[in-house]
Amino acid sequence: MISCRRPFIIALTGCSLALGVAYAASVFAQPEERPDAALDMLVHEPPTMEDLENSDIHPELKKVIRYGHDLFTNTQQLRGENVFNDMNCSSCHLGEGRVPFSAPVWAAAITLPDFRGKNQHVNNLEERIAGCFAYSMNGVPPEYGSDEMLALSAYHQWLATGAPMYPDKPIFGRGFPAPDEPEQTPDYARGEAAYQNNCAICHQQDGTGHYESGEYVFPAPWGDGSNNWGAGIVRVDTMAGFIYQNMPLGQPRSLSDQEAWDIAYYITSQERPQDPRYTGDVAETSERFGPTFHKRSLYGQTREHDGHVLGDHENFGEKGDIKPWNVGMPRFENLSEE
Amino acid sequence: MNKKCLSRLGLLVGISLVAFGALAQQGDAERGQAAAATCTACHQAYGSGMNVPNGESWPRLAGLNADYIAKQLHDFQAGQRQNATMATFANMLDDQQIADVAEYYSQMPLTLGQGGDQADEALLARGQQLAERGDWNAYIVSCQSCHGPGGTGVGSTFPGVASQHAGYISAQLKAWKTETRSNDPQNLMGAIAKRMSDNDIQAVSAWYATQSGSAEQETAQ
Ligand code: HEC
Ligand code: HEC
Ligand code: HEC
Ligand code: HEC
Repeated sequence: MISCRRPFIIALTGCSLALGVAYAASVFAQPEERPDAALDMLVHEPPTMEDLENSDIHPELKKVIRYGHDLFTNTQQLRGENVFNDMNCSSCHLGEGRVPFSAPVWAAAITLPDFRGKNQHVNNLEERIAGCFAYSMNGVPPEYGSDEMLALSAYHQWLATGAPMYPDKPIFGRGFPAPDEPEQTPDYARGEAAYQNNCAICHQQDGTGHYESGEYVFPAPWGDGSNNWGAGIVRVDTMAGFIYQNMPLGQPRSLSDQEAWDIAYYITSQERPQDPRYTGDVAETSERFGPTFHKRSLYGQTREHDGHVLGDHENFGEKGDIKPWNVGMPRFENLSEE
Repeated sequence: MNKKCLSRLGLLVGISLVAFGALAQQGDAERGQAAAATCTACHQAYGSGMNVPNGESWPRLAGLNADYIAKQLHDFQAGQRQNATMATFANMLDDQQIADVAEYYSQMPLTLGQGGDQADEALLARGQQLAERGDWNAYIVSCQSCHGPGGTGVGSTFPGVASQHAGYISAQLKAWKTETRSNDPQNLMGAIAKRMSDNDIQAVSAWYATQSGSAEQETAQ
């Protein structure tokens, strides 16, 4: 068929021309109407799985990258071992982890190792991935250096092909940037109404998501099948950013800023599995991890309409008593005196 | 599995409430067969429909979700879905008959999709890519993320598209692209179709026409 060689950007153009596909717009460009258009940002278009097949990478490495891609988009294959909820990595990192404004994961491969506020030490790519397992997947990460971990990090790094290590510019489309502050304070009832109108058709009225013939289709935004209280997306602004930039599926940035914040407030006011950093007391946990994390979530707060204290329970979801080994793992203790 | 069954029920209930309010009627397949006498001219005796290469294809109705079928017939009646051929026939049915024919067709075993055999390997590969992984460079979300794994449908909102006729699939995608069909909830389908090129439409139509739409059909083949 068509042979695509690096650099990928050029190869891609070649492919689309050869297939006779002319796209009006690419999502991998910084549109001129964006407020940050004037900034000089790092815009990177990661390779696709088609590019992988057509590349001259060593066949053994191709196999491992393919396995990493498969784990990323079908993480449920690790259910019961490393994953204890209804998520895949691609449930939050849309478009196979490539797409701007859906926290494209290659960004981690070119910015780590670095200091991370959440756990207050220097993390590498594997530790970052382990974090998403412990919190977002309500699970237990595969061991560092294991086949699964190596395959996943190989996939992340390969997506970064051609992007500079430790870039000196901000990365276009990184994370889940929140929409502008809303005019009105986010509101539970307004959020509930907007959720039922825009989201329940897929995620269900009660947020349990949807399985069809035993296969995952729509993930659970809250409840036992969702991420736990320690996951980045429980921060109201991160949730607002995720929703605004990615939902409803297929219609990014179609909600108003107000709707995105209202719905985010509503979803993050629902219960989910306990934070694995739980000390046995929700107030204590929220205070200890407040400065680095929970100051942006509603964890430990009292829900106004029914007086429920969020996160005040011992429900760790499907994983029960199992503790993720990476949570609270000390690092670089011998350097701490310096 | 209990939870899964429950959530599926949730979807059905949720959607039928949206679609027909409290009016949702219980269909009867036997009465449906009688009411469907006029339909067989196009949709054929076993609900197989027919791929009509240079004309208007008749969709397979066999095995489609009953609530989905009923919604489409109500939409034809109300003019929310526009098609001259079907408007006439939909208007011949009352609400009870709609529920009955919907039940009747939904219980029929799926028949094979037609019109995909001529497609070459490259076209089918593109079709499979769109169906299973999408093309995020153009923000085309994979079809299976809504129509379910294998494109066999999800609840009553997302109809099965696997094993449907290529001519019909193409016609619908083009209709959404040109906004002559816009009866989908929340513009969910329209938003995707508008990002597809003619080649994409041809590719994914051929792909789904060649796929089986159910486990039973898989073993029968
Ligand atoms: C419930 C949603 C969710 C799931 C599921 C999820 N993540 Fe994340 N991920 C996030 C959020 C939120 C962030 C932080 C984004 C930000 O910077 O604000 C993040 C960040 C990351 C980053 C860092 C990106 C950067 O810009 O540095 C990597 C790498 C990553 N995730 C990998 C994974 C992997 C691998 C999996 C599956 C094992 C996974 N994630 C599953 C929500 C999720
Ligand atoms: C057409 C179906 C559909 C609609 C409508 C929809 N979503 Fe989603 N949503 C998905 C799918 C599918 C995913 C997972 C992405 C993937 O697997 O590609 C997802 C992922 C999510 C996630 C991250 C995973 C999780 O479950 O926490 C959140 C949060 C979310 N959606 C919230 C919303 C909100 C809020 C709305 C309404 C504004 C909405 N969605 C509308 C289909 C939908
Ligand atoms: C003269 C041919 C003809 C007859 C007779 C006919 N149909 Fe149709 N039907 C069509 C065509 C053509 C379409 C596709 C319409 C479009 O493109 O929107 C269709 C579409 C449909 C659909 C929508 C299917 C889908 O997948 O969305 C349903 C349901 C349907 N017909 C039911 C019936 C019923 C019930 C009858 C009998 C009462 C009937 N039709 C009689 C030609 C016919
Ligand atoms: C975001 C969700 C979503 C995605 C992604 C999606 N669809 Fe749909 N599609 C729908 C909905 C909802 C309907 C039902 C519309 C209605 O109720 O009238 C539909 C209907 C259809 C129909 C009409 C079926 C019939 O029997 O009339 C076809 C054909 C179709 N989709 C093909 C596709 C293809 C091909 C893709 C992938 C390129 C795709 N869809 C992706 C939501 C989606």
